Amino acid sequence: MSSAQPVLPLHMPAGRARPRGRFHLQGSETAWAIAFVVPYAAVFVAFVAYPVVFGLWMGSRPALYALLFSDPRYIDTLVNTLLFVCIGVNLKMFLAFLISGFFMQQHWWVRALLIVFLLPWALPAVSVFLSIHYMLVSQWGLLDTLWTVVTGADGPLFLVSRGMATAANILAYIWKWLPFWTLIFLSARMAIPKEIYEAAAIDGATGIPQTVHVTFPLMANVYLVATLLSTLWTLGDFSTVHFVSSGAPARTTDVLATYGFRQAFSFGHPELGTAAMISALPLAIPVVVLLMRRLHKTGVQL
Amino acid sequence: MTGRPAFSRVASADRTARNRYRRGRRLASGIAGAALGVVLLIWTLLPVYNMVLIALDDEGDEFTGSLLPQDPSFGSFRAVWTQDHWYLEHFWHQFGNSIFVGIATMVLTVVIGSLASFAIGRMQLRRGQLIGDAALLTYMLPTAILIIPFVHVMHVYGLSDSLWAVIAAYVAFATPYAVLILHQYGKLLPMEFDECARIDGASPIQIYLRIYLPLMTPALVAVGVYALLLAWNDYLYQFMLLSSTRNMTVAAAIDQFFDSDEAPWNYMMAVALVYCLPPIAIYFSLRRFTAFDRVHS
Repeated sequence: MSSAQPVLPLHMPAGRARPRGRFHLQGSETAWAIAFVVPYAAVFVAFVAYPVVFGLWMGSRPALYALLFSDPRYIDTLVNTLLFVCIGVNLKMFLAFLISGFFMQQHWWVRALLIVFLLPWALPAVSVFLSIHYMLVSQWGLLDTLWTVVTGADGPLFLVSRGMATAANILAYIWKWLPFWTLIFLSARMAIPKEIYEAAAIDGATGIPQTVHVTFPLMANVYLVATLLSTLWTLGDFSTVHFVSSGAPARTTDVLATYGFRQAFSFGHPELGTAAMISALPLAIPVVVLLMRRLHKTGVQL
Repeated sequence: MTGRPAFSRVASADRTARNRYRRGRRLASGIAGAALGVVLLIWTLLPVYNMVLIALDDEGDEFTGSLLPQDPSFGSFRAVWTQDHWYLEHFWHQFGNSIFVGIATMVLTVVIGSLASFAIGRMQLRRGQLIGDAALLTYMLPTAILIIPFVHVMHVYGLSDSLWAVIAAYVAFATPYAVLILHQYGKLLPMEFDECARIDGASPIQIYLRIYLPLMTPALVAVGVYALLLAWNDYLYQFMLLSSTRNMTVAAAIDQFFDSDEAPWNYMMAVALVYCLPPIAIYFSLRRFTAFDRVHS
């Protein structure tokens, strides 16, 4: 679900400055203000804070982690998760950066293509991932047919090798989320004033040098924040692997989210499942800290 | 004197060469651009086309392995419409459940989020920063990781197999984004509006209803659509929190037979396509309200 989230306007200039003269709330107004915040606070406590604390409590026995690390499937899962997150997020962000440059063109067909290109973002994950799963498993599926048309030979069996199945998961993930991040980078590119490019062109920087020395430095902050945020969300991505490879072959392509889910709901061991999810924290916490610092230092402030 | 024509001839030859080089480059980059466009188009549409191809096949288990639909039939769509298959028995009821979850999530997110952002942004509640930080942390949370304790907590609350459990989850995960965005957008409205109203004796609730909400409409629409799509496009929470066929949503019901050998794939893909239609409609009708218009303005 985290996956469906649009991102904060990272590149947006800070709002128009207004005098920060803090006028004091009078008694009854403070009561109103508190009353206005209560619904949000109640939802947060009941449906975010309590489940988080409950989850940490569920996974608090050290013996659980000993059990986890004795399971070879868990080690596989860790490796898969790292591959999925590191390759998936970075490849996606890099492609999004390049493709956003392509969509800067003003031709009518590029604009029309953009509308089509953004579609995966709007489509429900369950629908499209089921479709992709079918393309991969079926011997008569579209991918197999395409393969035969192009090479003349029978298509490979994708979900039989761990490497291919992992690659399929990553590609499906990129398919779903590339459009959204392309849109983010596209609007970040549009926020760069034209004069900077004109000045760069006069100094002889065009094409690739311009991208490397002008565009990228100006977008570095957005790129970094987007990558960190996406890393966090992808760490908990469930639907991609659940549908696309669904763990095949023989549960060797599980990631932490699907592994924990199976421990909890298929094998009836919720504590172990929670412990598996919690074991992602050592990776997640540094990212959260880095991201919070970045967000407080730049654009988004509260 | 003899040098000049020679010089200009060299210069013009040079210019022609340069022009030819430039034209060649422009042509090459045009071809590269078109090729990239074709690749992106195929890449984007392939899974969608696959859905259409399977849904148009009359028999869910036998495929001819061709690129074009052989003998296309709208039988599976007709079956979805009339619920004429054991797999589709409750389809429209479940579709109604999905709409209910989506609308309730949208309304609650907009109301709760706008009240909170009004209090911390416009009324400048002391320690409003705490709410903002809580919202930011929740926003970063990969929500699937929370599913196991969430199921238990819903059991404690007596909300097992209830649509309200799903709605609660989505409201909890969508309001942080609402608070952050509305707060950001609210900064663009001059504080003087509120101050004038205060001087004229308006109560906070009047300022909220008569000044804040009308001026914030574009941001409220964006936040509402975000919440609606979040509820519509998520799978895990609906799948885990809803167990009876009558309480299921389409997302929860769609893959009931995912791993079964008799999975009616043509019906599943027809359902998947029908389920895609509302977000596509929203996407096309509300493009100007969302990030999209920043891109093309």
